[in-house]
Amino acid sequence: MAFVTANWNPLGEAFYRKVELFDMSWTLKEGLRECLIAAAPYGGPIALLKGFQRRSPSTRPQLEIYSSSGVPMASFPWKSGLVKQLGWTVSDDLLCVQEDGTVLVYDLLGGFKRHFSMGNEVSQSQVMETKIFHSPYGTGVAILTGALRFTLATNIDDIKLRRLPEVPGLDGAPTCWAVLSQDRQSKVLVANGSHLFILDNTSCTPVTPPGLSPQASSVLHMCVSFSYKYLALLTDSGHVWMGTSNLKEKVSEVDTSIRTPPKQMAWCRRPKSQQSSVVIMWDRLLLVVGECKETIQYLLDSDSVLVPEMDGVRIINETHHELLQEVPVACEEIFKIASMAPGALLLEAHKEYEKESQKADEYLREIKEQNLLAEAVKQCVEAAGHEYEPETQKTLLRAASFGKCFLSNFPPELFVSMCRDLRVLNAVRDYTVGMPLTHTQFKQMTIQVLIDRLVHRKLYPLAIEVCRYLKTPEYQGVSRVLKHWACYKVQQREESDEVIARTVNMRLADASGISYSEIATKAYESGRTELAIKLLEYEPRSGEQVPLLLKMKKSPLALSKAIESGDTDLVYTVVMYLKNELNRGDFFMMLRNQPVALSLYRQFCKHQELDTLKDLFNQDDDHQELGNYYVKASYKEPRLEARVSLLQSAVDEFYKAKNEFAAKATEEEMRLLRFQRKLEEEKSEPLVGFSLHDTITALLSVGLHKHAEQLYKDFRVSDKRFWWLKLKALAEKGDWEELEKFAKSKKSPIGYLPFVEVCIKHHNKHEASKYVSRVTPEQKVKAHLAVGDLQSATEAAIERRNESEIITVLSRCSATTDVILVERLNRAKATAAKK
Amino acid sequence: AQTERRDAPELPDFSLLKRIARDQLIFLLEQLPGRKDLFIDADLMSPLDRIANVTILKQHEVDKLYKVELKPIVSISDQLCFLIRPRIQTVKWISDLVNSDKAAGRFRKYKIIFTPQKFYACETVLEEQGVYGYITTDEWNFYILPLDDDILSLELPEFFRDNFLEGDQRWVSTGGGALHLLQSVYGSFSKVYGIGRCAKMVYETWREQMEDGDLRTKQPEFAKVFLIDRDVDFITPLCSQVVYEGLVDDIFRIKCGSVEFGPDVTSSDKSIKVMLNSQDKVFNEIRNEHFSNVFGFLSQKAKNLQTAYDKRRGMDIQQMKAFVADELKGLKQEHRLLSLHIGACESMMKKKTKQDFQELLKTEHSLLEGFEIRECITCIEEHINRQVSMIESLRLLCLLSLTENGLLSKDYRSLKAQYLQSYGIDHLLTFANLRQLGVLVEQQPGETLTVMESKVGKLVNDKTVGKLTDAFSSLAKKSNFRALSKRLALVPKSGDEYDLRVPRDMAYIFSGAYIPLSCKLIEQVLERDGWTGLEEVTRMLNGHEFAVTAGGNSSEARTKTDAQRIILVMFLGGCTYSEISALRFLGKERGCRFIVLTTAITSSARLLEALLDNHA
Repeated sequence: MAFVTANWNPLGEAFYRKVELFDMSWTLKEGLRECLIAAAPYGGPIALLKGFQRRSPSTRPQLEIYSSSGVPMASFPWKSGLVKQLGWTVSDDLLCVQEDGTVLVYDLLGGFKRHFSMGNEVSQSQVMETKIFHSPYGTGVAILTGALRFTLATNIDDIKLRRLPEVPGLDGAPTCWAVLSQDRQSKVLVANGSHLFILDNTSCTPVTPPGLSPQASSVLHMCVSFSYKYLALLTDSGHVWMGTSNLKEKVSEVDTSIRTPPKQMAWCRRPKSQQSSVVIMWDRLLLVVGECKETIQYLLDSDSVLVPEMDGVRIINETHHELLQEVPVACEEIFKIASMAPGALLLEAHKEYEKESQKADEYLREIKEQNLLAEAVKQCVEAAGHEYEPETQKTLLRAASFGKCFLSNFPPELFVSMCRDLRVLNAVRDYTVGMPLTHTQFKQMTIQVLIDRLVHRKLYPLAIEVCRYLKTPEYQGVSRVLKHWACYKVQQREESDEVIARTVNMRLADASGISYSEIATKAYESGRTELAIKLLEYEPRSGEQVPLLLKMKKSPLALSKAIESGDTDLVYTVVMYLKNELNRGDFFMMLRNQPVALSLYRQFCKHQELDTLKDLFNQDDDHQELGNYYVKASYKEPRLEARVSLLQSAVDEFYKAKNEFAAKATEEEMRLLRFQRKLEEEKSEPLVGFSLHDTITALLSVGLHKHAEQLYKDFRVSDKRFWWLKLKALAEKGDWEELEKFAKSKKSPIGYLPFVEVCIKHHNKHEASKYVSRVTPEQKVKAHLAVGDLQSATEAAIERRNESEIITVLSRCSATTDVILVERLNRAKATAAKK
Repeated sequence: AQTERRDAPELPDFSLLKRIARDQLIFLLEQLPGRKDLFIDADLMSPLDRIANVTILKQHEVDKLYKVELKPIVSISDQLCFLIRPRIQTVKWISDLVNSDKAAGRFRKYKIIFTPQKFYACETVLEEQGVYGYITTDEWNFYILPLDDDILSLELPEFFRDNFLEGDQRWVSTGGGALHLLQSVYGSFSKVYGIGRCAKMVYETWREQMEDGDLRTKQPEFAKVFLIDRDVDFITPLCSQVVYEGLVDDIFRIKCGSVEFGPDVTSSDKSIKVMLNSQDKVFNEIRNEHFSNVFGFLSQKAKNLQTAYDKRRGMDIQQMKAFVADELKGLKQEHRLLSLHIGACESMMKKKTKQDFQELLKTEHSLLEGFEIRECITCIEEHINRQVSMIESLRLLCLLSLTENGLLSKDYRSLKAQYLQSYGIDHLLTFANLRQLGVLVEQQPGETLTVMESKVGKLVNDKTVGKLTDAFSSLAKKSNFRALSKRLALVPKSGDEYDLRVPRDMAYIFSGAYIPLSCKLIEQVLERDGWTGLEEVTRMLNGHEFAVTAGGNSSEARTKTDAQRIILVMFLGGCTYSEISALRFLGKERGCRFIVLTTAITSSARLLEALLDNHA
């Protein structure tokens, strides 16, 4: 405890400390010399490619993957092309960029995932240099080709290659370059001697950093901060220029007076840093440069690698793994020698309290007098988060807890969540897990990502423990881990389908929000169809099962599951898939057994493929529907011949369907059509397409009585219809003479009242009265009324002694009617009512 | 006019639904930034107008509005947006449009907004036509259009044909979606009743959506839901409507809650569009009245109005000022509406008091009562022979078949032949459709069949419906009207005078001749709180009835709050204004309120037109 500040070094306003994270458990024969190395940020894994320049097949390079603590995770001989660069993606995948521009993607256990190319241009002119970078859009790859052009992909999961403009005056490799992320765009900053250029999608802009020392003739090295906000340039005059990455502002410039080019350079900042600083590494020297003249120097005893983090720089060498960072303010305040900060006093108070000394009270009083106890507790909690040693964390937390006792309404969340976070952090920092996350990094990456990373490392039990401990909602936490576990489990070849299915179901039984279909998909992808089907049976939502069943070519099952789900879209999906997959006969057969699918497909065909509809009915021997189909087709057909022949097909089908009525009706229609056509040609009257009734009407209205008669006989038109029809047609035409002739031709089957009414309708009272006498007695009154003959109506009604008729007549009487008439009617009504 | 009971519960505010729909539409339009031309499906025009008028659309950079006519377009805009129902035909038209643009080397942005939802089949068409990548698609979840305080409509007339005739179940999920929407806005339901296959399926999809979504524990604004398939009761919508609102619909066709009165009504030379809803004070008082009362009521109203105007006489300046300020505008408005409705009435009187109509009604009533069927058939035959009206004849034929459990073979054939002679052979298809739906069928010889039928019906359950049910579907769909009518006392005893001024039951909407089956079922089920005691009835209606209590006992324990007395009735396949009137009457009798949620407002003409298959 007393030595907390032992590893602190002052630089300007701030202190820097170098904390040991791990003793590396790896044993590297040749150290880090002669190998490509990539270490992922956020305490991620380390990849090494030893002897990467070897090309001969006898001595292949070896690719090794270690955790941050040096525990081996994978190792295999490299059999592909010459690798130029290794790098990690944000989702823990290893990228290996080959000389020909192909990028191979491996997972962190060495499993090959996929590969992609950086384009023809790159493969032709070969990769000269590569940088892998992270931005809010994912992991990107930037390549400098042999043709001295840059090609860039901002997100490797959604590759859009961009070739950047040419850099003027570049005739060899640039001295150095870096990728910037500005204005939602990735840009490249290139140094060619003392000239700096920014390349974006369309243009190449020369830039000059403000206040760069004039002695410099070339920029030797550059680096961009983790957040892309700051830029550091190292010149051949030994000056380090620090400023904002948009090159608008200078922060400081320090003379290192070392002129050799460094091996690596990295920003060492943290959120709310007190000063900007850069770590520069030469062969045996590590230099921390800040905003003041002084620097901190560390001597290195072996080859090392710098890994920039958001709150410091990790230094990895053969034996050790260290974190170099600016001491956080809270820690500085508490541990700085002779600090009087409230946190420091509280820590002191607690120490005295442990010793059972009354001084504890004095310290406490001092804090309380300044009203800073809450502040002190906060400081201790915060500092605990930044400490790496569990002992120190505990001391600080105990002090905080002690201080809390004297506060009445201090919110507990801060303390509680810090304790939880630290417990998780200490667990993952264990060298068997090997994730040296700082609290700041942990908060930045979020618990979901941490769980993902644990899952990637197949540390399922730990992941589940973490979820449970942090009370992550099941859907995002335990269930998700279990799903990953199950997906991994189903790929284990050595176990039988039954065992795996049972184990999976047992484990997943009471977890909510698990999609069995996803797990089954995984099983299918690894070639275990039977297992996939077994797993699908556990899926409660039938709709979810459909896509995989289709993929596995279990189409009948897929179809019935889709129908079961009641989701017509899903049914359509299956039907459309089957349509393309099966031959017609089988397809129709399958539909035949599924009426829901069949009617859906029929609907589709009605609009999209009429012919298919016909085939469909044919297959089913559905002659009735086929007949209907032909009838429908017939009236879309403008040519009469085609129309008749379609109708003939309909007739045949109707006969097959034993629907004689429809067949007869259709045959009649054919006859009618022929008749209409013949007449149309002879008399040039438009007739085709009319119904029988309309045809006769049309014929009568142009006076073709003979032809009308012919139709009447040929088509067995009922007498009533014909009389009605002729009556109306003649009246319409005003052919009263013909009407009279017609009325006298024989006894009317519809009586004579219609004659009266039709005449009245055409305002011909005179003609109407001609027929009144022939109307049957029952309808007489109506007829008289129709022609407006009240007198006769009265007579008729009284004669028939029919009360309701009398009332009807009465209702037609108005004030102007003869009083005597009304009188008679009333009397008659009275007598009729009596009966 | 009937007045509201004082204790009638308050209805929820459905304008919220409009607001939600509008906001989503605006959001979708903004997804295509910049000026654009908007193409709208013809049948979406009126509903859209109720949600967002032209001004609002213009505010969101819509340049020109076009009706989708399935013809080549003239738009010169670089961005085309299509607001359409998910129909294959329309999507195909759009694909052709895109392809012809491509061929002409023209580059535009296309966006299809499907409402109320997207169907996979439509996307398949886009894919098959090779334009999938050129078009962005979206969904406007505009499920429900509130037509009035108590009428909600999905505005999906095609639901009826697609579902009941074509067996295409794609709209089922839409029904579920609509209920889910209501639930998420107005709180959950405690009890769900239903009858019909489609009703059951709608309930199932709704339940699934409920399980997927988060459960709201909001105090519900209505508690009970009743789902009913249109094919449970075809008779009611096929009867002539004689209640004012229904009659207006039959004669002038109410479209989306508004009607266009022609020159014969307005007694001027131009047509006037009028919104028909409870905002119209005059209409609100007569909409549920039997037509015979309406004229008397209107003339009384006119007299009252005159007295109100007459108040002016003998007023001093001060009073006159107040009168002009407060009352005159209202009076003028009332005056305007009154004269319109009087005009409408006159026009209806002309049509409906004619002998033809009276005879039609008489036939209809005889059919319902089952008297003098022979005469009715003769009457229908004459109707067909005289070519009086294509739809009306068909309607009578259907009523005859439904009430008589199918026509005798001899009659069926002769009437059908007569009909084809009158209106053309293409109606063979119409008859095929009607037969498939079970609305107009031939009696099968021999009674033994019914026994077999019921046995088979029991064997065949939902999941294994195969060819078997197809074959039996027309048989199984026997209407059993006589038995039902007897069981539920649908036809009041003739003989006693029925005072239409003071209706005593729901039969008043059909001049006292018939209590609508659909409404009677609802009444019975609500009264019994389930289907117990109605087993025989449901058996005759082909079953598929259900009653589910949701939400457990806690909600059950609640005392009768207002919400408990608001009942949502969902008609799958449409309902008529007469049925709504009947439910309003029932509500008044029982001190509750009904909210009608229908796939569309229907009428005998609309129903039959949907089943026509002629080439018109």
